[in-house]
Amino acid sequence: MKPPTKKVPMPEQEPEERIKNFFEVALGYSEEQAIIEARRCLQCPSHPCVSGCPVGIDIPGFIKKIKEQDFTESARILKKYNNLPAICGRVCPQEVQCEERCVVGKIPGSEPVAIGRLERFIADWEATNVKETKSNPTSSKGKKIAVIGSGPAGLTVAADLAKMGYEVDIFETLHKPGGVLVYGIPEFRLPKSIVEREVKYIESLSVKIHLNTPVGKAISVEELLNDYDAVFIGVGAGTPKFMKIPGTNLNGVYSANEFLTRVNLMKAYMFPEYDTPVKKGTNVVVVGGGNVAMDAARSALRLGAKNVIVVYRRTEQEMPARREEYFHAVEEGVKFKWLTQPLRYIGDEKGRVTGVECISMELGEPDESGRRRPIPIEDSRFIIETDMVIEAIGTDANRFLLSQFKGLALNKYGYIVTDSETGATSLKKVFAGGDIVTGAATVIEAMGAGKRAAYWMDKFLNGEYDPWR
Amino acid sequence: MSNRIIKKTKLAPQVYDFVVENQQIASRAKAGQFVVVRIDEKGERIPLTIADIYEDSFRMVVRAVGKTTYQLCMKKENDFLADVIGPLGNPSEIEHFGNVMLVGGGVGIATLLPIAKELKNHDNKLFVVLGGRSKEYVIMLNEFEKLADQVIITTDDGSMGIKGVVTDGMDLVVSKAKIDVAWAVGPTVMMKFCSLKAKEMNLKIWVSLNPIMVDGTGMCGACRVTVDGQMKFACVDGPEFDGTKVDWDELLVRLVQYRDEEEQSLKKFLESAGDLSWL
Ligand SMILES: Cc1cc2nc3c(=O)[nH]c(=O)nc-3n(C[C@H](O)[C@H](O)[C@H](O)COP(=O)(O)OP(=O)(O)OC[C@H]3O[C@@H](n4cnc5c(N)ncnc54)[C@H](O)[C@@H]3O)c2cc1C
Ligand SMILES: Cc1cc2nc3c(=O)[nH]c(=O)nc-3n(C[C@H](O)[C@H](O)[C@H](O)COP(=O)(O)OP(=O)(O)OC[C@H]3O[C@@H](n4cnc5c(N)ncnc54)[C@H](O)[C@@H]3O)c2cc1C
Ligand code: SF4
Ligand code: SF4
Ligand code: FES
Repeated sequence: MKPPTKKVPMPEQEPEERIKNFFEVALGYSEEQAIIEARRCLQCPSHPCVSGCPVGIDIPGFIKKIKEQDFTESARILKKYNNLPAICGRVCPQEVQCEERCVVGKIPGSEPVAIGRLERFIADWEATNVKETKSNPTSSKGKKIAVIGSGPAGLTVAADLAKMGYEVDIFETLHKPGGVLVYGIPEFRLPKSIVEREVKYIESLSVKIHLNTPVGKAISVEELLNDYDAVFIGVGAGTPKFMKIPGTNLNGVYSANEFLTRVNLMKAYMFPEYDTPVKKGTNVVVVGGGNVAMDAARSALRLGAKNVIVVYRRTEQEMPARREEYFHAVEEGVKFKWLTQPLRYIGDEKGRVTGVECISMELGEPDESGRRRPIPIEDSRFIIETDMVIEAIGTDANRFLLSQFKGLALNKYGYIVTDSETGATSLKKVFAGGDIVTGAATVIEAMGAGKRAAYWMDKFLNGEYDPWR
Repeated sequence: MSNRIIKKTKLAPQVYDFVVENQQIASRAKAGQFVVVRIDEKGERIPLTIADIYEDSFRMVVRAVGKTTYQLCMKKENDFLADVIGPLGNPSEIEHFGNVMLVGGGVGIATLLPIAKELKNHDNKLFVVLGGRSKEYVIMLNEFEKLADQVIITTDDGSMGIKGVVTDGMDLVVSKAKIDVAWAVGPTVMMKFCSLKAKEMNLKIWVSLNPIMVDGTGMCGACRVTVDGQMKFACVDGPEFDGTKVDWDELLVRLVQYRDEEEQSLKKFLESAGDLSWL
């Protein structure tokens, strides 16, 4: 029998069902489905897929073991490269990474091997079938490392260094570890129990996570530099940007960060059982075209909105959101208004937002990002009635910590300048990685940066290589 | 980081004084800073000012206004708080100014105390105006009397001190002494009027803003306020700002944005909480 040309479809909750709950949309492969999908992999000797993965997972290797029904071994291979496979299998933009390069996908009429879905399958299979193998490595090296921030970058650095025998302390300002994985990405795409599971694994490596500890406030930078042999900064790009158009401070106008933090980290979708409230809009406008905008729009629907309109100043082609999530949003009934730019918010006498005045755009010459620049069309203003707006137009570098690292080189956007290979910053024994270096990017890139930094931090601490010499 | 309530004292109806064990915060906190507290797994993150700092603990004064603050005020000594994050915000900018006027109302009086102590450490003369609805709401009076060169009390009903509002007290202070700088902390409306008054007096006035917050670390933008025409995040850019430059009316509107939800939450809680007349 010839293997199918298309990916084995992912079982999913039906759109009309899932918009009423926050449970995960994609349900995961069964063993049979995973094996059928694994058979589609050609086990290419040149395996171009691997070079598309920022952490270089042995993709044919772990897929082969699925084909052979040796899931335990498959999991072992995965974990060698990726400390957070259940997360990456769910949220990686595979279509532009590993799967983009897959040979099978290049065959006309064929889809690439569903590498992400298989990765997820193995990670979930391991979680339900393998009894905790507590590794508890001892801190044999006698050296201490401080990691600031418990997002994917920080968790990865910590896990890798702990496995090498270093004593690692993570400092996190929020009351839960995980960074964007817990406060940003919604439950229906990444259940928080999975983040908890992966964090537990990392703690089982003897990594200590100090929650509620804003570095720069609760612990000074000097203290870290004195007490630790090396420091990793992985504080993310958490400062929300606003368009700063008139009416931004009307009630009902949210940053995506606030809206998603209330919903995800604080579980406002279960208000009043959980204490944190969030407004439930009826006609919601979401501004932006990335993953964050999709997450905000789909969360608003699940909170009970009748209409959710995503307003984006370019078109469907330029939209940076993952295709899969865009299609999910469309299926669920989110509407899109392309080539549209908000100009101001209109409010009522009680200071609540009631409308967004917009202007239509057309695409001109390409700009520095290579995408065609949107230009306003004169006399094309119109108003969208709304009772809630969510701005999802990006984030900036976190503010309160970096200024306290005297001599830390930042670029003009406020991100940390590092050596791209090692992650070394301008300050001796300080490394950095993730969104605070690249600007808002992806989970797997943050992990990749964490992995590289861990490797070079070890070399530095062993005295094999000094990036500052 | 045990977050154990070491001591709890009633200061006024529905106003409680807590000493909470937390070495990390105690060792770092400075006047003007705050903490974010989450009582339990389902709890909201609420900001509260650090009212005093001890060896391994700190003090906070809480007024029960909604579900979370009610719950907090019902805690007993030796209970634990799930999370206490801090110290957050910028410390007050304190130096030797000369004559300083401090205006406090409600639980804002507690916020003022560490500022007053720090000002005293810098050899300032303190002229303090404390206001309340009536006598029993003028909290921490004896602590201020120990520090201040002059204390003026105002109450709405005249049950103590002058019958009037704190701005009347400000007039009185300024009529007798040349003031170099002022602080006002209390309900937002009070701070607004103190700022208007200070502007008339051509006096620099610091206020400690209390917008709704979520994380308290600059990550959400919930706490945004307009100061001098600029968007500021009160948690990382403040909480203290020049009161004459704050867009007060915008802040007042933003403070009530969850009124319906707050009422729903409190009502549900009170129905299950039993008799709270003692609070
Ligand atoms: C809504 C949303 C959806 C997304 N969807 C996807 C997706 O589908 N796929 C994908 O690949 N990527 C996605 N991303 C991007 C991805 O989440 C980020 O690129 C990634 O999380 C960056 O990891 P990080 O470790 O650099 O930082 P973060 O995840 O931002 O973590 C940084 C951590 O540091 C903490 N911190 C900050 N300052 C301090 C301090 N001073 N002291 C102590 N701790 C501090 C923060 O609280 C935070 O927990 C999404 C992002 C958002 C916001
Ligand atoms: C920097 C700062 C310092 C503060 N210091 C103190 C203090 O020392 N003592 C004290 O008693 N109170 C203080 N507050 C106010 C305190 O945070 C609120 O009273 C508390 O959050 C109310 O929560 P609740 O659930 O009990 O009431 P809710 O039912 O949520 O709200 C009741 C009232 O509190 C306001 N409020 C609600 N949520 C918040 C929030 N997250 N942040 C701020 N205000 C909110 C609302 O506008 C409303 O008027 C401070 C606030 C800030 C921002
Ligand atoms: S980690 Fe991401 S890019 Fe790498 S193989 Fe898995 S899904 Fe693909
Ligand atoms: S490129 Fe595709 S088919 Fe080839 S090894 Fe990688 S996943 Fe398998
Ligand atoms: S409370 Fe979130 S930015 Fe200030």
